[in-house]
Amino acid sequence: MLAPALTLEQLPPRAPALIAAIDWARLAEPEAKRLRELGFDEGVGVEMLHRATLWGGPVACRIGRMTVALRRPVAAAIRVTQTG
Amino acid sequence: MHAAPLVALVGNPNAGKSALFNALTGARQKVGNYPGVTVERRSGRATLPDGRPLELVDLPGAYSLDPLSPDERVTRDVLLGTQAGERLPDALVIVLDAGNLDNHLRFALQLIALGTPVVVALNMVDLAERDGLVLSAEALAAELGVPVVPTVAVRKRGLDALKAALAGAIGTSGAVRLRGTSGAPPSDLRALQQRARAIARASVVSETPTRRITHALDAVALHPVWGTLLLLTILFLMFQAVFSWATVPQDALDALFADAGRAVSTTLPEGFLRGLIADGIIAGVGAVIVFLPQILILFLFILLLEASGYMVRAAFLMDRLMAAAGLSGRAFIPLLSSFACAVPGIMATRTIEDEKDRLTTILIAPLMTCSARLPVYTLVIGALIPNARVIPGVGLQGLVMFALYILGIVGAFVAALVLRRTVTKGASSGFMMELPKYQLPRARDVALGLWQRAYSFLRRAGTIILGTTILLWLLLSYPKPPAGSDVNPVDYSIAGRIANAGAVVTKPIGFDRDITLALIPAIAAREISVAALGTVYAVSADQGTAAGQAAITDALKRRWSLPTALAFLMWFVFAPQCISTIAVTRRETNGWRWPAFMVGYLFALAYAFSGATYWLAVASGL
Repeated sequence: MLAPALTLEQLPPRAPALIAAIDWARLAEPEAKRLRELGFDEGVGVEMLHRATLWGGPVACRIGRMTVALRRPVAAAIRVTQTG
Repeated sequence: MHAAPLVALVGNPNAGKSALFNALTGARQKVGNYPGVTVERRSGRATLPDGRPLELVDLPGAYSLDPLSPDERVTRDVLLGTQAGERLPDALVIVLDAGNLDNHLRFALQLIALGTPVVVALNMVDLAERDGLVLSAEALAAELGVPVVPTVAVRKRGLDALKAALAGAIGTSGAVRLRGTSGAPPSDLRALQQRARAIARASVVSETPTRRITHALDAVALHPVWGTLLLLTILFLMFQAVFSWATVPQDALDALFADAGRAVSTTLPEGFLRGLIADGIIAGVGAVIVFLPQILILFLFILLLEASGYMVRAAFLMDRLMAAAGLSGRAFIPLLSSFACAVPGIMATRTIEDEKDRLTTILIAPLMTCSARLPVYTLVIGALIPNARVIPGVGLQGLVMFALYILGIVGAFVAALVLRRTVTKGASSGFMMELPKYQLPRARDVALGLWQRAYSFLRRAGTIILGTTILLWLLLSYPKPPAGSDVNPVDYSIAGRIANAGAVVTKPIGFDRDITLALIPAIAAREISVAALGTVYAVSADQGTAAGQAAITDALKRRWSLPTALAFLMWFVFAPQCISTIAVTRRETNGWRWPAFMVGYLFALAYAFSGATYWLAVASGL
């Protein structure tokens, strides 16, 4: 029933989704660590909040009850499946 | 006798640690929303319900015991007992944001595993409830196996219960503090995170979807068009306020010092003391203190932006632009603070994780127009730029001031671009940060922050600036030219002779002897150059001229040409490093190498740009 996988960067705003996989190899070491520390992990619910930014600026998404800003290449390394 | 037990407050950024620390100790310090506002060691005293004293230390916010930033390293080292200058804490207060449990619990689990006696402060329960999340402290305590006390630090709720729990925790520990037995803290982040989520779920009584208020505000604040307009409006208001609101108290202060100078001149007999007090101290220090209102208004805005949670949104909006210069959006906050003063700005770079990024931000921070340059700009612009209207509502003076700010920003941007490709070359670091909930700033915390700024400014005025002013006055006044000689007293003085020699270097960029003289003490603090000009012209002035700001303005009008004034302004855009900035750069970069580089490149830029400005202005007939 799950929609086909897409990345967090492509996820439409306010569409509930789960993190399917994170391509850790695409991330720099400290980036990967900080991402884990902010709670990003396989199976965790995630939601895109604000992705309209000028000239490819960062995006803001919700993880847990927290709003987190990410740069686009990082968001593109996170694969999600829509649940709604 | 043992020292009082040491209790460390520890938790994630944005958990409200600083507010809790304030509430427990009554210490004077700043509370903000930006992750990492707690960058210095802060300690204070508190008393347990049974009368025992405690020493509390507020540790920098961290996400784990595996540090990424210098801030987090301090936290880890204190907790493991390896931080120089800090004993191993006897107990910890783990501060959790109730609204963010599943994330904050992971670090809490690591901390509990250290084996130090622990009390958990479940903080900001009011905000969590406003947000639709009801938690059970009892359930959480049962899951964690340690005492959990609900608190609302900013309203001082739950403090007595917290102290009582702390008394219990310290009481039970006694001498059986087993350091090292718990071994390395659990480092499998994934397993910890899963356990944290399970515990968080077990503690939830009821939950509704998250934060509608913050989301609605962010829809505007983070919007590419509206958000950018909002940011520009806020910055415009900020600078507008600095220049328009401040004029009334400024004029009042100026009148006060002018009156004081006249009073001294009429009551004291002509001689050493009268010269020292009227021309030296009152003309010099007064010229600087007049700018206190502007500096306070600037800091008021910065404190409000930080405490409300907006500052991080500004960083979000600016990230794209900063990335173009090879920096991260995080650099925006230190750089904006540098408009007030580069010293807190450079200290705020500690939250930047990437070393190269941080170093670049430190090196360009002095290019942001700090409040100490305001007195210089205001004075010179007021004296020499015509008060004309360019278009209705926009004055030429304001436009020049604006251009100087923009020039500093553009200069910083270009410098960052060049530095990131040369001396601080490296991969660009990321931008990943939590956007905290919006909060209404608390008047008391903002007032405390402002008081600290006012106090440190006045202390500077009373020490460095006063001392330099007196020294300069002495050097300017002695030796006196022989009676009956028509030599200018300044030319005959020690300072005048030094400056006459220095003027050989500065003549090509349009600076005469008096200006060179004012630039030398400006190294101690930029605003002293105003005081110095005040003293130079007061010493060489004819008797009976006007006192205070008006006197300096008159003197500038009579003695300076427009090209000189423009070159002088340009010099201040780039150059003079104040001693405090150099000192803090040395401290933050662990050595003299980078401060020396910074001073060198900025002086070179200043010399080149002042010279170019002077000759272009002369050539175009200004």
